[in-house]
Amino acid sequence: MTSDLQVRAENRVVIAHIYTSTAAIALGAIFGVFQGFSRAGAAAAPSWFDYYRILTMHGVLMALVFTTFFITGLCLFVTYRAIPRERKLALGWVGWLVMLVGTAMAAVEILLGNATVLYTFYAPLKASPWFYIGATILVLGTWVVAYEIFENVVYWRRTNPGAPVPLVVFCAAATFVMWIVATLGVVAEMAMLIPWAFGWVPTINVLLTRLFFWYFGHPLVYFWIMGAYIIWYNIIPTRYGGNTFSDGLTRLTFIMLILLSTPVGIHHEFMEPGISSTWKALFTVTTYGVAIPSFITAFAIFASFELAAIKQGRKGFIATVKSLPWGDPAFSGAAYGMLLFILGGFGGLVNASYGMDAVVHNTIWIVGHFHVTVGGPVALTFIGAAYWMIPRLTGRALWKPEWALMQTRLWFIGMLIMSFSMHFAGLLGAPRRTADVSYGGAAVAQAWHPYMTVAAAGGVFLFLSIIMFVAVALGTLVQNRKTEPMAAAFATSATPAGATPAALQHLFRWGVIALAFAIVVYAGPVGEILHHPGYGAAGMRTW
Amino acid sequence: MHIHKYERWWMIFGVAMLIAFLALLAFAAVENSIVPPSGMQQIDPKLVAQTPPFNHPGLRRLSDGSYEAYYIAQVFAFDPPVLTIPQGAKVTFYVTSTDVVHGFFVPGTAVNMMVVPGWVNMQTHVFRRAGEYLLLCHEYCGIGHQDMFGKIEVTKR
Ligand code: HEM
Ligand SMILES: [Cu+2]
Ligand SMILES: [Cu+2]
Repeated sequence: MTSDLQVRAENRVVIAHIYTSTAAIALGAIFGVFQGFSRAGAAAAPSWFDYYRILTMHGVLMALVFTTFFITGLCLFVTYRAIPRERKLALGWVGWLVMLVGTAMAAVEILLGNATVLYTFYAPLKASPWFYIGATILVLGTWVVAYEIFENVVYWRRTNPGAPVPLVVFCAAATFVMWIVATLGVVAEMAMLIPWAFGWVPTINVLLTRLFFWYFGHPLVYFWIMGAYIIWYNIIPTRYGGNTFSDGLTRLTFIMLILLSTPVGIHHEFMEPGISSTWKALFTVTTYGVAIPSFITAFAIFASFELAAIKQGRKGFIATVKSLPWGDPAFSGAAYGMLLFILGGFGGLVNASYGMDAVVHNTIWIVGHFHVTVGGPVALTFIGAAYWMIPRLTGRALWKPEWALMQTRLWFIGMLIMSFSMHFAGLLGAPRRTADVSYGGAAVAQAWHPYMTVAAAGGVFLFLSIIMFVAVALGTLVQNRKTEPMAAAFATSATPAGATPAALQHLFRWGVIALAFAIVVYAGPVGEILHHPGYGAAGMRTW
Repeated sequence: MHIHKYERWWMIFGVAMLIAFLALLAFAAVENSIVPPSGMQQIDPKLVAQTPPFNHPGLRRLSDGSYEAYYIAQVFAFDPPVLTIPQGAKVTFYVTSTDVVHGFFVPGTAVNMMVVPGWVNMQTHVFRRAGEYLLLCHEYCGIGHQDMFGKIEVTKR
């Protein structure tokens, strides 16, 4: 068994990760609410800190920093708690520090205006090399955390021969196996961008950098979703006295996510020249494939709700809904997130078909879509899980738990308002990533304006909600009201243990297969680009 | 591993839905030729202004009555800024960039392309409704991105 001291030392590592992510979402929200006002014509950015610098900060902080630090913290937490042992914690700290240094480097370059390239940093927009280096260091830091988690899996296998790795650790490790496969793409892209940004090579192959970006960019989304699924499968059932629906199916879901998350990226490039229709069609097929694990998840979650309600002697839809702990912020965060995710799923099917994508590509519809997927389900699940983790990490009772509950409701409502109006405005053609969408008073643009105003109002709800979250997170530390040590119990499977087939336990083997699969699927379009390298782009700074 | 009966039905339903969606897409591609823009023609971004037909951007009428429109996207404007075409005309847009990536988007239509330096992207559209259309850049291209727009006037026939 592990000593108190050991657990407390582990908790400090996790606290560092989780509170860094909290800081990121708080800063990101300030930029986000301003963007809403700017697009509604109610505010204009000052010339010394233009809209696109703000938007770059928002995208990087939200999409890359908040999510990544939360997932590294969450996965370390579940690994430490589910595999208790005396262990050195150096790697957890090194990972955090490396990630922080990388983030700081990138952030300084953005704030100074040397990297106003948005979080997608499409070449030939040419940022300061230190921005690319910082972002690369952030990624390398996550690899250190991945190593720490894998090491614990290996330890478990050594000390428990024949026994399957605890489900929650399996899910965490699977998430990082997927992440390693995916981040190889962005590291490859950085290997092109950095020498070019220093001026060591004169030109760059734009199509190849964009392809590498989306090789990484789509599984990035699944990295967030897997983080939320870890919580939905393993933590949320404990809030209503339920079980994980099935151990084997959960493992199958995560293995499918390892395999299918990466070979789909080109669906972000349907409107691109230089990639032939054949490859676009192929990636449409793989994109539909990656919906399957989400179908399974939807089933498993509702089945788990239902089984728990039956256990309590309740039957029927209404009774099941009523039996759930809506007053618990950890549950309500995840549950509102799930509701938003259903909407997000429908939007995703629209985006994936290129006939319809032509209407919405790069419009504010897309922004509505990912706020209703990552900004809603993922962020809300993470925030809810933070309410669950913080007392278990700090040994302190949550400050104002009623605020925590209010916060999740406010976020849900704000997200519905903001993303619905973004979806509508997008269908009418309002573009994304634009400081001011009035276009000299053009008639179509005037039709967008009411929606942009409503979206900005939704942004205010979200902003207030984030303030409440930060208040609870910091208030808990300041108030310092000690509680009894709380166990971090994870849900057990409803099916008998030991029934999981061995094929579903070989994580690393599936990782290798996933990489091979991704390489095979990408070989076509990459080969095509290399076969017609065309003219390199010199790149420039247009801001 | 035991898979519950309902779970199996649900998965079969899910996969069947996906296959139906894919079949619809395939049908749309073959029957109505709804395919994504995939310009495969290359051009030296430094020499766009000298390379015909981009040395004279604008509208061209073909012998079969359809049109071609050649566009240069450049920070932060489209050349030509205004295009006038008759209602019902079938136009194929050819667009290239001399600097960074731009977008080429006509709200209210499916004219929606990424414009990548070194490549000519293309898409065909029939303007059935007369009136003034906005043409805008919908990929962030720099500090003046929000000012990068033009006009397409579709005149009544
Ligand atoms: C206070 C809450 C938030 C508000 C008010 C907000 C608002 C906005 C707005 C208005 C835009 C569109 C800007 C444009 O395209 O011109 C935007 C973009 C974006 N948001 Fe948020 N957002 C919030 C929270 C989040 C969260 C929680 C995430 C993810 C975890 C997120 C991720 C993004 C990303 C990735 C973009 C795209 C950036 C780009 O296109 O380069 N946002 N946000
Ligand atoms: Cu542009
Ligand atoms: Cu632009």
